[in-house]
Amino acid sequence: MELVFALAIGTLTSTGIYLMLRARTFPVVLGLTLLSYGVNLFLFSTGRLVRDGQPIIGGADIYSDPLPQALVLTAIVIGFAMTAFLVTLALRSHADTGVDHVDGAEQSSTTKESSGREEADQ
Amino acid sequence: MNNWLTAPILIPLLGGVLQIFMSYAPMQLRRTLALTTTILTLLAAIVLLGLADDGSYRVYALGNWQPPFGIMLVLDRLAALMLIVTAVLALFCHIYAFQKTDTQGPHFHTLFLFQLTGLNIAFLTGDLFNLFVAFEVLLIASYGLLLHGGGTTRTVAGLHYVVLNLIGSALFLFSVGMIYSVTGTLNMADLAVKVPQLSSENLPLVKTGGLLLLVVFGLKSAILPLCFWLPRAYSNATAPVAALFAVMTKVGIYAILRVYTLIFGENAGELAHLGMNWLFPTALFTLAIGVIGLLGSKKLKTMIAWQVIISVGTMLAAIGLTTPAGISAALFYLINTTWVVGGLFLLADLVSSQRGSADDRIVTAPKMRNNALLGTLFLISAVAAIGLPPLSGFFSKLLILQAATPGTEMVLLWSVILVGGFFTLIAYSHAGSIVFWRNSEGHIKHDGKLGLPVTLSTAGLVGLSLVIVALAGPINRYTEATAAQLNSPAGYTEVLQMPVVTESRR
Repeated sequence: MELVFALAIGTLTSTGIYLMLRARTFPVVLGLTLLSYGVNLFLFSTGRLVRDGQPIIGGADIYSDPLPQALVLTAIVIGFAMTAFLVTLALRSHADTGVDHVDGAEQSSTTKESSGREEADQ
Repeated sequence: MNNWLTAPILIPLLGGVLQIFMSYAPMQLRRTLALTTTILTLLAAIVLLGLADDGSYRVYALGNWQPPFGIMLVLDRLAALMLIVTAVLALFCHIYAFQKTDTQGPHFHTLFLFQLTGLNIAFLTGDLFNLFVAFEVLLIASYGLLLHGGGTTRTVAGLHYVVLNLIGSALFLFSVGMIYSVTGTLNMADLAVKVPQLSSENLPLVKTGGLLLLVVFGLKSAILPLCFWLPRAYSNATAPVAALFAVMTKVGIYAILRVYTLIFGENAGELAHLGMNWLFPTALFTLAIGVIGLLGSKKLKTMIAWQVIISVGTMLAAIGLTTPAGISAALFYLINTTWVVGGLFLLADLVSSQRGSADDRIVTAPKMRNNALLGTLFLISAVAAIGLPPLSGFFSKLLILQAATPGTEMVLLWSVILVGGFFTLIAYSHAGSIVFWRNSEGHIKHDGKLGLPVTLSTAGLVGLSLVIVALAGPINRYTEATAAQLNSPAGYTEVLQMPVVTESRR
């Protein structure tokens, strides 16, 4: 179970980071969402993974740590609100600038830079 | 238990909630109530400063949970100092907003007061996860404030700011999780007890968490590789918001001070002074890049945004010395720079309102209506920001320079701060002489008349640098006591033993 759990966190986080580097607002929003999923799973595991455990001492032989569950709940609520805000902002930015690039303009400057770099290489 | 500790949180929170339901109320009523709230917050901060000055710690345990199990609020000298710096700045910014900013959107007062709530929670909390929540509260209010008034440039700058801070929040949660998984607690006082007792196999995890935390705080306070979002965001925000944001980077610095003196401080065993060897050089680089940005700015507001980065570099360099003298000097500098930079932002807005299409760009333009008044204010605030002799900036820089112990550290610190100060002087003289002296022919049709609130608040904030000079003795005594208190975290951990009020059993 630990391996599957760790792999899930790793996959979510790396996919999230990859998407965030895309410099378009929608992939960035998706990337942040995936990253927050990764974070939430990670937080959940900080109380150690327990199966069939109760978060109350004395109720059963095995108990699981209730605090990470509370932390995850808080993080989910905050993450949800922030994502909603970011989506609104991304739409607003698209409406204002007409493009979905995070800089609000297509990368004319970077194409110039890359062509300049090619010249330098030659 | 001390119930006063909740006052700086509850007052702006309730005032902000009240404002939500008043979007259609007459503006005068909303303004009166909002200003009353800010003034009450300031009064609460003054009361807490008086309480904290006796050097003891005061605790408020939420829900009467015995620490370390519940969330607690802790008041010490540092928290009280930050509260008062924020409250004073907020009062002047709020008065400035009465000119026209608060009519540009329906919820300015709500957001402003929620921002204050978040800031005050961050300064008072004694719990690492609650610090995360406080950051989120102040951030979401700041997103709204940053976009307040609209505009395309503001949307794009806001998008960068929001995305970066969301990534910062994710990193914060990762580091909090790492620290919790080993220590089993997130109460700062309890962490200070548990971190030195860690077994050697658990150390790397906490070390990673601690260093990741430094990255998060570095993003909030805009240390060098993480500082490039700041000039764009701050220079595009409306003036009172930008001025209030002068305290936002200081939240990061406060968090660094708190966590790395208390949890990873002197007594942390293996992890003592974690990351501090990184802080000093990066701070010096931050200072240098701030000066370079300042020299290259084409607008007054961008220039002042780079001044924020310079002040961050200066403060963290002093904190990176890890001596009580360094921390005390950094705190003295913090008071000075927060108020002066806030005043400069307001002043830049007044200048741009009187220059028509020239706006705040550093170019020649027809003479401003209130050239003499604005010029004098600019002179005073620039002198205070650069750190030239008669004003408060000079004292604080002198204290920082004195705090360095002779050696390489001293050579580096002195050369960067002094050379940086020299170039800052050049940049301000260049900007000031063009904007205020080199006037072109003609006149501006719609020059903004200076209303009473804007003049009062700008002059007041700039004038505070004179007040700091007059009160330099008591302020210095207070910051020295604060540094001494931070350097003996044993007092802080004693709050764990404090009895909470138990419910009477029937």
